[in-house]
Amino acid sequence: MDSDILLRMEGIRKEFPGVVALSNVDFCLRKGEIHALMGENGAGKSTLIKVLTGVHKEDAGTIKLRGREIHPRSPLEAQQLGISTVYQEVNLCPNLSVAENIYIGRQPRKRGMIDWNAMHRLSEELLARLDLHLDVKQQLSLYSVAVQQMVAIARAVDISSGILILDEPTSSLDTNEVKQLFSVMRKLKDEGMGILFVTHFLDQVYEISDRITVLRNGLLVGEYETKQLPRTQLVSHMIGREWNPGEMALEKSERGEQTGIFLEAKGLGKKGSIETFDLKIHEGEVVGLAGLLGSGRTEVARLLFGIDKSDSGVMELYGEKLAAIYPQKAIRSGMGFCPEDRKAEGIVGELTIRENITLALQAKHGLFPYIPVSKQKEIAEKYIDLLKIKTPSTEQRIDNLSGGNQQKVILARWLATGPKLLILDEPTRGIDVGSKAEIRKLIFELAAIGISILIISAELEELVNSCDRVIVLRDRVQIGEVSGMEMNESRIMQMIAEGGERYEEAGMA
Amino acid sequence: MKKPAWLERGTPTPKVVWPLLALLILYLFNLIVMPGFFRVELIDGHLYGNLVDVLNRGTPLMIIALGMTLVIAKEGIDISVGSVLAISGSMAIYMLDGHRLWVAILAALGVGLLCGLWNGMLVAVLRIQPMVATLILLTVGRGIAQLITNGQILTTTRDSYEFIGKGFLFGIPFAVYIAAIVFLLIYLLKTKTAFGLFLESTGANRKSSEFAGVKPRVIFMTAYAICGLLAALAGIIYSSNLSSADANNAGLWYELDAILAVVIGGTSMRGGRFYLGGTVVGAIFIQSLTTTIYSLGVPPESILLVKAVVVILVCLIQSDVFRQKLTARKRKVTAS
Repeated sequence: MDSDILLRMEGIRKEFPGVVALSNVDFCLRKGEIHALMGENGAGKSTLIKVLTGVHKEDAGTIKLRGREIHPRSPLEAQQLGISTVYQEVNLCPNLSVAENIYIGRQPRKRGMIDWNAMHRLSEELLARLDLHLDVKQQLSLYSVAVQQMVAIARAVDISSGILILDEPTSSLDTNEVKQLFSVMRKLKDEGMGILFVTHFLDQVYEISDRITVLRNGLLVGEYETKQLPRTQLVSHMIGREWNPGEMALEKSERGEQTGIFLEAKGLGKKGSIETFDLKIHEGEVVGLAGLLGSGRTEVARLLFGIDKSDSGVMELYGEKLAAIYPQKAIRSGMGFCPEDRKAEGIVGELTIRENITLALQAKHGLFPYIPVSKQKEIAEKYIDLLKIKTPSTEQRIDNLSGGNQQKVILARWLATGPKLLILDEPTRGIDVGSKAEIRKLIFELAAIGISILIISAELEELVNSCDRVIVLRDRVQIGEVSGMEMNESRIMQMIAEGGERYEEAGMA
Repeated sequence: MKKPAWLERGTPTPKVVWPLLALLILYLFNLIVMPGFFRVELIDGHLYGNLVDVLNRGTPLMIIALGMTLVIAKEGIDISVGSVLAISGSMAIYMLDGHRLWVAILAALGVGLLCGLWNGMLVAVLRIQPMVATLILLTVGRGIAQLITNGQILTTTRDSYEFIGKGFLFGIPFAVYIAAIVFLLIYLLKTKTAFGLFLESTGANRKSSEFAGVKPRVIFMTAYAICGLLAALAGIIYSSNLSSADANNAGLWYELDAILAVVIGGTSMRGGRFYLGGTVVGAIFIQSLTTTIYSLGVPPESILLVKAVVVILVCLIQSDVFRQKLTARKRKVTAS
């Protein structure tokens, strides 16, 4: 049994200024197993992986690879030891060819020159092992994100000697692509590889993993055989309280009466981005935008908030026509927008939590009057309490927080402006179950006090559970709308799959 | 007694500590090598001495560096400040001939503001890379200055103008008051208006700030406009101190000293957080270094070399990586 153990981490501890990220955590990876690492945001999953891959230095504890103690001090060193990682965001060079990406830094050579023929042949063989048949001379960016992800895995597998870490590899893949990835993972597992798999999707964990290690608040909760751990148990291990599915579906009827129309878009559109669409959002209403990636769902939000300029149609607020819209004006009219790409478009990493929270409120005012720092602190503290943001102080840099907490800070930023309409683009993407439930609950509470919400999400279950109406987009065209009894996942999926014509009538009814 | 926040474990040392440390070491060196460096004498009610000299000569650099700090905070750079200084000085002295003092000063400042707005437009509106955009004015600027002076070195004998750069008020050079007021105004702009927050947030992440309703263009234009205006102010002090305007040589290489002062002061070229106090200390350090080298009697041909060595040392002290390596080695030594 012990000879099967590839990797054993014992008593790992890691401290950051003001936070203990990991404390006495054990983790064990065996040969030929897929081991899921689960936990909420801030549980310590990424920190554990970063310790293992040499990004962070552990403060205490030992790491043993095949019984020998190792001290990786950089990702490169970890790689040389045979531990390869594929991160959530693809870390390749899109402007190089597939083969170059696989062999970058270790190109096969002949007489001191790069042996291109060998490189192309080896790449093809390697990809064929993963049932992937590509033209390896093509530029990587020509392929879909899923294929790029596979190329990253192929490279990692080739470098690795037995251990592969997949950090949320599925978050940008669609169902078929996930299937393809899983078949590759099974194949590698059969070859005797140990795979550490991090994901937020419970279904995927139960589909593919053999064992599950659960972390919570930097502590080890336990290691379990997947087959012997019921889902409800897993979830309660992760969030540390009894799981109550009913909690998520807080009664929609608790919402206030929807009376006036807050926002109405008539024939709004922008060439090459989104075809003209009509949209009405009542006060206190939760409206969903469903559609696949690239269906134009984000583009709708960008037009409404004035980040992109429309070239047709009009927008009305409370029945009054708006001449032009740009973010500051949108905020002044009572709108807020949590963008999809939290890192690039949401947070300002270098600034503190306090500054991140008050940024939009200050922008609403303009340069004057300046909100004094004491007042800023007060506002920040109020929302840290209200949204249960985990941080030692308001003066912490926001990029020290976990993803879920960063998202809460962005929500706080908008709540501080006293919005009438919040546009949430994938508010729960890349966030663990616990924070997801919290953020969904918050959406209900906001709607109950009369704030309208427009949610964009790829998770249909999320939309169906929280929305009054769902608008369906497909290939940059608004194809219909569902509400009431006919608002269910299969119906929406059918609309997305089959297109608009047949549903136009039903949808508009 | 409560420890100040920066002394508590885990919080990073404030940036201003390193340039201050460098300045301290430099002065300590001076104290040992030439104690006379610190002598300050009162002659005719005016303070004289090397320290006063540092402050007096350092004012144009300090003022320019403060403007440069704002531009660098937005992840930009303005390499045209030396040329703008020359334009402004030429303009002022040209206008003094036949115009009132305030007209000449306003004309000089106005030209500087225009230059700043021009740079701002290229960078913020047309989105040209800052280095390239300001390179235009760097080259053309001296040409414009030459057109104003008609290729001559203009001189003035107007006492009221000369007072700006040479005069004393309550024993202290008048220009030092100007620099102090500029610092105070920029400091107030940073702490009492939202400009500081917006500048830091757009400098650190333009997209996020735009999504939060900040208007980056307005912020960038303002930063460049202030930088141009301050370069013009420095030009007035500079030309007044020399009673002349030399289109070719006035403020030559000032842009590099100013950038250096900002960087020594702890503001990152990547934009984001900026440190006004650090910049001032950085500018004083550079001027002190120059004065020290001259007082030491270093042969002129080695001056630039000595300066370079010291600057490298200061940059090394500033580098987190270098300090970590240094302390790591010390630890190893004590361990073994």
